[in-house]
Amino acid sequence: MTDYAPLRLHVPEPTGRPGCKTDFSYLHLSPAGEVRKPAVDVEPAQTADLAYSLVRVLDDQGNALGPWDPQLSHEQLLRGLRLMLKTRIFDARMLTAQRQKKMSFYMQCLGEEAIATAHTMALRDGDMCFPTYRQQGILITRDYPLKDMICQLLSNEQDPLKGRQLPIMYSSREKGFFSISGNLATQFIQAVGWGMASAIKGDTKIASAWIGDGATAESDFHTALTFAHVYRAPVILNVVNNQWAISTFQAIAGGEGTTFANRGVGCGIASLRVDGNDFLAVYAASQWAAERARRGHGPSLIEWVTYRAGPHSTSDDPSKYRPADDWTNFPLGDPIGRLKQHLLALGIWSDEQHEALHKELEAEVIAAQKEAERHGSLVDGHVFSAANLFDDVYKDLPEHLRRQRQELGV
Amino acid sequence: MNAMNPQHGNAQAVTSMTMIQALRSAMDVMLERDDNVVVFGQDVGYFGGVFRCTEGLQKKYGTSRVFDAPISESGIIGAAVGMCAYGLRPVVEIQFADYVYPATDQLVSEAARIRYRSVGDFVVPMVVRMPCGGGIYGGQTHSQSPEAMFTQVCGLRTVMPSNPYDAKGLLIACIENDDPVIFLEPKRLYNGPFDGHHDRPVTPWSKHPQSQVPEGYYRVPLDKAAIARAGSELTVLTYGTTVYVAQTAAEETGIDAEIIDLRSLWPLDLDTIVESVKKTGRCVIVHEATRTCGYGAELMSLVQENCFHHLEAPIARVTGWDTPYPHAQEWDYFPGPARVGAAFKRAMEV
Repeated sequence: MTDYAPLRLHVPEPTGRPGCKTDFSYLHLSPAGEVRKPAVDVEPAQTADLAYSLVRVLDDQGNALGPWDPQLSHEQLLRGLRLMLKTRIFDARMLTAQRQKKMSFYMQCLGEEAIATAHTMALRDGDMCFPTYRQQGILITRDYPLKDMICQLLSNEQDPLKGRQLPIMYSSREKGFFSISGNLATQFIQAVGWGMASAIKGDTKIASAWIGDGATAESDFHTALTFAHVYRAPVILNVVNNQWAISTFQAIAGGEGTTFANRGVGCGIASLRVDGNDFLAVYAASQWAAERARRGHGPSLIEWVTYRAGPHSTSDDPSKYRPADDWTNFPLGDPIGRLKQHLLALGIWSDEQHEALHKELEAEVIAAQKEAERHGSLVDGHVFSAANLFDDVYKDLPEHLRRQRQELGV
Repeated sequence: MNAMNPQHGNAQAVTSMTMIQALRSAMDVMLERDDNVVVFGQDVGYFGGVFRCTEGLQKKYGTSRVFDAPISESGIIGAAVGMCAYGLRPVVEIQFADYVYPATDQLVSEAARIRYRSVGDFVVPMVVRMPCGGGIYGGQTHSQSPEAMFTQVCGLRTVMPSNPYDAKGLLIACIENDDPVIFLEPKRLYNGPFDGHHDRPVTPWSKHPQSQVPEGYYRVPLDKAAIARAGSELTVLTYGTTVYVAQTAAEETGIDAEIIDLRSLWPLDLDTIVESVKKTGRCVIVHEATRTCGYGAELMSLVQENCFHHLEAPIARVTGWDTPYPHAQEWDYFPGPARVGAAFKRAMEV
């Protein structure tokens, strides 16, 4: 006989599955305006409480409250709304285009628009972002041409990546948008290396690293935190916790009973946990972390709490693993609706203006799409010549690739 | 020797160096010449590396150019890729080639592919140095030869020197090259050439002509093999430590073998190989790495494809066995002069 009951393997489960309702109490929300704002040179260990609470500015009535209110100008607020709306409309149009089989694949960022746009607005030109596949808002904020994005999605004759990459895996050095890789988490440590390089050269540019909740389980999440801490790299380590990694709830990534922000504190990195659907909180926290990095006080980690409102990708059907109406119950709401409510409360915006802006942006996206489609697509065979498939493997074409190109007859 | 070689311009002072000193000199030269060159890895900073290859470099260039890294191979390679995106030219070290596996994702999925996937928008002019090879009682995780893991990755260059002169010239060429390079250093050759006769005392590099290394800048071209021994009866394709094994086997068997030190494993110098095999009609491939799907299989395929009508005997290969690298059975595993010589004889008898 033994005093011990048999051990049992614990496998976390989400509270909400198809046909029932998610209990979002696990999120541990803080009221708007109540979380303190430390100095940018705060000691990482002094941010432990922040890693377990939630920085929020906008309350449920659309009022901006507390020390994190970034005091943005009306112009900046309106720009933020415009960028988020543009990102959402772009996603919606591209989703439709994928359904029409004009492109092979697409991934929306529905519900996460505030994070990439407000964050990028708080950066400077020249700061380098190392995004995942769900930060298209960075390119849109930095005015990368929509037409070029769509040409990449169509893999057509004007695809900047010459048809070599799966749709959405954009790259633009000019816009500080590092080449997207299909391999998760790899860019997180690369961002730290970029920040180290900036410090080695005595530059004042900083790096912005991006990862999702699920991908924090990859080993490069940990290498990034270790290197960022060891070398005090000027980098912002962004963890977008949208609660889901395809079908896997964030608890399976290690989120049960803890936070992703807390990992930063454990590695000696100043960390924040922020309402990712609160445009003002995203801007303020990003500005704080950017200032901290640029002043040489070291890295920051920010967990953005949000919700992946759409399917993981056009190849995914979320109704098979989570409640269909989950987003409507998510307590942090919709980032666009919340900023709009704030602008209405300020008296600088109206439903009519919102409707007009929506139409204007839709027309802009449609025009870009038409312009891009003039250059063909994967479907109609108007793609880059096969001759280019051998280029850029190496800087110069080596002999074996010259022979293989000849063999293909191009 | 070679001090007047036009490859490295004006005559310059020449010093006798070990491979360790030559590699250190290459990094010293490039740290001096190019502000964007940085050197880091485990124990490479203050301590100067567990093999002394970076001794004194941190003191000379400062901690922002030469520094110690956490024990994280994917972290080292991943950070270096990010530095390349900024515009630096990192020369990083993996302490033993046996420990490169945690960095595989960063090497294969990232470093090798970034130029291609971004259409040259981002590039990775990085060199990854790693001591490799056996013959030192290193056991399973201090003796491996993982070159075939890299030669099959499109976008990577794989290079392995066999003497101090080439080591410095090739390393400089690799640092200046804009592609990511896996630079494998046979640690068995760090202090002196080794022909597999473990029963005899090893001679230091100072007794060898290729230890005469120019003190300044010079390059040994990539994608160019060297004829380590000219011969007419048999072509031997090899690199690293087994270059010396093959030379000794040729002397001991009296077979007039032409021994080609490939130096650049991939991309490689196919013309030199084909020219030699067409001349001799026979080919033996020698490497320390395990046989199945080893780099030798690709060499065999290339020779078969390009020299079929000139071959007078089956292409043979002498390699490590398809086992992990053992400790106590070191000399039964390592392809020494007896095994290599026997293969030479068989190739001549057909």
